[in-house]
Amino acid sequence: MLNQPGSTRLPASALWRALAPLGIFAALASVLFIGLSLDPKTLPSALLDKPLPSFDLEPLDADQPRLRTADFADGQVSVINVFASWCAPCRVEMPILGQLAANGDVRLVGLIYKDKTALSRRFLAEYGNPFSRIGLDPLGRAGIDFGVYGVPETYVVNGQGIIVFKHVGPLTAELVATKLRPAIAAARLAPAPKAASVG
Amino acid sequence: MRALVFTLLVLLAGLVPATYGPPAHAVAVDVDALANPALDQRARVIARQLRCLVCQNQSIEDSNADLAKDLRQLVRDRLIAGDTDEQAIAYIVARYGDWVLLNPPLKSSTMALWLAPVVIAGLGLAAIILRGRRRDPARADHTLAALSPDEAARLKQMVDGP
Repeated sequence: MLNQPGSTRLPASALWRALAPLGIFAALASVLFIGLSLDPKTLPSALLDKPLPSFDLEPLDADQPRLRTADFADGQVSVINVFASWCAPCRVEMPILGQLAANGDVRLVGLIYKDKTALSRRFLAEYGNPFSRIGLDPLGRAGIDFGVYGVPETYVVNGQGIIVFKHVGPLTAELVATKLRPAIAAARLAPAPKAASVG
Repeated sequence: MRALVFTLLVLLAGLVPATYGPPAHAVAVDVDALANPALDQRARVIARQLRCLVCQNQSIEDSNADLAKDLRQLVRDRLIAGDTDEQAIAYIVARYGDWVLLNPPLKSSTMALWLAPVVIAGLGLAAIILRGRRRDPARADHTLAALSPDEAARLKQMVDGP
């Protein structure tokens, strides 16, 4: 490349070359900035839009029926809450679950994850029992089948037993209004189960 | 007498690893080793490929989290039940997704991840080749021809001496 002596004008290619690092920096910065706004704690869920895993769990009280996968394919939308007495955030969300149950328009089911029954009973006596059905998972195997990361977790299951929504962490009133309620409403609109072939 | 010797031996056996074993921090977090060493080895290799979901950047083999322990046990149970390594891994992936694999699989959704290094290396190589061509000696002649007669004389004087 030849520069005319005394000329102050740069050739176009030199201008491009000077701007290239700036451009690369801008591209990299914008990609990294987007990366910063992503939450690394949001975990992908493998079971979303898939049928419930197969389970058959002991009830908390002997006079109650067992909790089975087939129970969820009866056309009713269910909310499944995975909790344990040893889990502090579970205590925080109990009043929220109580409100959800008080509305009475959705079936609320509890899955007690790796807990001792005596402690679970004491927990429910203290915070109230909003669940219409409870299943015990003392070894955490059903939890793994659900893809549980940690308690509490909340699932919305449509009338065909398909998981349509999952939330990891305690529920808040805001989350119920903005995420859980819409998910329940959407699950209700899902097509009716095909005759009696399901469950 | 025999019972006494036996008791002594048991006590010694208990003492020896405690005294002469590897330091506590070097012991694997795992206590759920299988009786069958080959199976246990396979379980450990699998566990090293699976992400701990609680600590996220550790494998379940390295992690002390409860869920990691449960998953290690689950892998062992699958192997005992007769699963191949691939089946045991697929069992976990079905529940937690590809994300649980520390080595992402080559799929359409991960194509960019796998191909980006190749593409970037290719671009770098192309840049080096292009630069090399620009410095071709055949082109360097132009620079020489661009010297004015004055400059050429000065250069000659510098090289040959006064």
